[in-house]
Amino acid sequence: MKVLMFGWEFPPKIYGGLAVASYGITKGLSLQGDVETTFCMPRPTGEEEKFLKIINMSQVPVVWRDVNYDWIRDRFVGHTAEDYFRFRDHLYADFNYLQGLDDLGCIGFAGGYPGNLHEEINNFSIIAGVLARSEQFDMIHAHDWLTYPAGVHAKMVSGKPLCIHVHATDFDRSRGKVNPTVYSIEKNGMDHADCIMCVSELTRQTVINQYHQDPRKCVAMHNAVYPLSDEIKSIEPHKNPDEKVVTYLGRITMQKGPEYFIEAAKRVLDRTHNIRFCFAGSGDMMHAMIDLAAAYGIADRCHFPGFQRGKQVYECYKNSDVFVMPSVSEPFGIAPLEAMQCGCPCVISKQSGCGEILRNVIKVDYWDIDAMANAIYSICTNDALHRYLSEEGIKEVEQITWEKVGLRIRECYNQLISRGWFDNGDYLQAVKDIK
Amino acid sequence: MKTISLYFEIHQPIHLKRYRFFDIGTDHYYYDDYENERVTQETAERSYLPALRTLLDMTLQYGKGFKVAFSISGVSLEQLEQYAPEVLDVLQQLNETGCVEFLAEPYSHGLSSLGNVENFQAELKRQAKKMKQLFGHTPKVVRNSSLIYNDEIGSIVSEMGFKGMMVEGAKHILGWKSPHYVYSCAQDARLSLLLRDYKLSDDISLRFNDASWSEYPLMADKYIGWIQALPQEESVVNIMMELSALGIYQPLESHVLDFLRALPSIAPDEVQFATPSEVIAKNRPVGPLEVSYPVSWNDEERDTSSVLGNNLQREAFNKLYDEKIVGRIMACRDRRIQQDWDRLQATDNFRFMTTKNNGIGVYRGIYENEYDAFTNYMNILGDFLKRVKDLYSDAVENDELNSLYTQIANMGNELNVKENEISRLRARLEKYEPKEDKEKEKASPAKKKTARKK
Repeated sequence: MKVLMFGWEFPPKIYGGLAVASYGITKGLSLQGDVETTFCMPRPTGEEEKFLKIINMSQVPVVWRDVNYDWIRDRFVGHTAEDYFRFRDHLYADFNYLQGLDDLGCIGFAGGYPGNLHEEINNFSIIAGVLARSEQFDMIHAHDWLTYPAGVHAKMVSGKPLCIHVHATDFDRSRGKVNPTVYSIEKNGMDHADCIMCVSELTRQTVINQYHQDPRKCVAMHNAVYPLSDEIKSIEPHKNPDEKVVTYLGRITMQKGPEYFIEAAKRVLDRTHNIRFCFAGSGDMMHAMIDLAAAYGIADRCHFPGFQRGKQVYECYKNSDVFVMPSVSEPFGIAPLEAMQCGCPCVISKQSGCGEILRNVIKVDYWDIDAMANAIYSICTNDALHRYLSEEGIKEVEQITWEKVGLRIRECYNQLISRGWFDNGDYLQAVKDIK
Repeated sequence: MKTISLYFEIHQPIHLKRYRFFDIGTDHYYYDDYENERVTQETAERSYLPALRTLLDMTLQYGKGFKVAFSISGVSLEQLEQYAPEVLDVLQQLNETGCVEFLAEPYSHGLSSLGNVENFQAELKRQAKKMKQLFGHTPKVVRNSSLIYNDEIGSIVSEMGFKGMMVEGAKHILGWKSPHYVYSCAQDARLSLLLRDYKLSDDISLRFNDASWSEYPLMADKYIGWIQALPQEESVVNIMMELSALGIYQPLESHVLDFLRALPSIAPDEVQFATPSEVIAKNRPVGPLEVSYPVSWNDEERDTSSVLGNNLQREAFNKLYDEKIVGRIMACRDRRIQQDWDRLQATDNFRFMTTKNNGIGVYRGIYENEYDAFTNYMNILGDFLKRVKDLYSDAVENDELNSLYTQIANMGNELNVKENEISRLRARLEKYEPKEDKEKEKASPAKKKTARKK
């Protein structure tokens, strides 16, 4: 089975959770042996793992250029020069009017999330037309709204079933005040999709209610985590026995509810003094949060170490006694799973999608700062609760693997390919044994 | 000849209120009054009253032909007194028929039998006293909270002078033996054990209204038929359940009360009803029953795993039954601390924290999950323990405390003795005083008196 997959991020270059999820999904599918994934992304680094074929959208031609094979052979990152010439044989319209064409006839991408994002999204979908004409595949899979237009375009050209993967909706990002352009792109993608994979039931409900999609074609496809590498496992935690550390880790933006964390911190610190609060991450609300902490007079107990990357993230989990994710609206939220892997008990908001598959965490409403403070205090003061959540959490999260997610996605593909349409009820029946 | 011994437990959880850690040290009231009132009244209305009235009718109708036994936990009794006193009226009426026996159980419905022996004994005594006050008889038979039993508990109970005890007829303690005999405690042969027939009990309390059960619908004649069909020698059938099974677990619409009402009338002459004491008096134990690990009537495993199965529960248990704490509580005379102590001990608090998957879903009261239950309970316990610690300086050992208290008690006794003496002497003095008055009036009789005094 051949899958044409559109994505925006892929490790090792990580901007957010999307890269991790894309990696997990493709890896999970590749473990089945007979799934061949072609992953199209704006600008790969060339250091991606080789279990799947990567197509560099910055080097796919949209206009004809007469180039010499020997001259350009070594210039490709991702796909090869042979692929380039095959693509060049499938140009479908005159795009000479486009700005920024290079000597290969390609449109360059900046990668990441630049200011002209909407233009890049459009270019991405133009290039997808070339790919859809030149490649052979059975399925189209598009990750996140940036690649929906590309997926829709590929479906229009090839007639193959389109599966879109909703990692987040604009309703999550904006607390309800949606950007109409983004909404229209999302809605259009969902309208054309044959199957909509949502990362949680919460997101699925948003898709059904806010984007007016048929519930039968929406499916909750929860994310998973990869087992920790030995390098990370060997990190020794540094803990001060007299002090507890409570950690927030993530972008400091409205969606993640950082102010509720400060409010809870204030309530905890009113009663106790041996707890520190660590505010890891950066974002547009960071300064406001530092101000708030100062205004409450708890700045000496709140620490802002900034954005953490790679191994630092795991060090942070290992040194913490409680991990808190107070997200106002979190489609999935992989961070608590990672924290649990490191044996750190979690307090998460009920508005987080990962809560649907986790049992050994404490769930509170994001606005219920009293309950949040209570949970933090309880884990910090009751060793039995800390131990229990930590031990049971590790056991639980071991069972949540990408391999199983791969099997579930495979079931969706099978349904779509064999009969052309998708039904959530049949899917649930088919995957009930994958536990 | 078969004897059916029917026993009902009357106990409702006392719901703790939502107690945040900010409340520790400031708020010493731990109960959700609204929920307690609502649950107590609802249970009384939907289950206790109709069930007890039916039982009352039956005792009136059949006279000595129908017997039944109850145990009421002390904490629930307080709740009923406060929110549903009419239940106690019906119990009084039942008591007056003379066909009812009341059993002793730990006052708090707690785990003190596993946590602290002295406290366990004290609780049983308190409960027995309360039963004597209310119903005029001192209980002779004990039933522990959730029927928790092992050999040690048996010997403690026997030491206290009780004649019998209720035990779960669990397969893993009985093995090939039948629950339809009276056994004796392995460590103290004076104590008779009555074993609950869990199959026949659960047929009523769990399965009666279950349409997917192969025996549904259960009729009285079928049920009596099963009992009659038991082998000749197996003569004692102990049917035990919570009273709320009639009406709450098995709704009244299922006609469970009509089923119950029909039992004595269907029963032929060789099937009789008896109270636990009568069963013990009539049947000699056939042999000792060894139980090294605690059994209970909870869940499929019939052990203590639903109350002490996970670390959270054990932590709460160890904090609650810390020896120093228990000693202090038992020594103190603060009534509010005593009441909080009773209510915090109740097994329900521990059951709310279970993480077991028992297949039928767990009732957690006001809590959402086990962590919520644990957090809330530990906050309350934190405040309670602080109050107990504040009672006496930390340096004082319990022994000292006890000896101080004995000293005080002794001095009190001495004072009492002296006071009695004084009042006695004063009374005697008064006898003379009026005569001395008379003496002034008439000289001659006074002379006689003084003479006699000499």
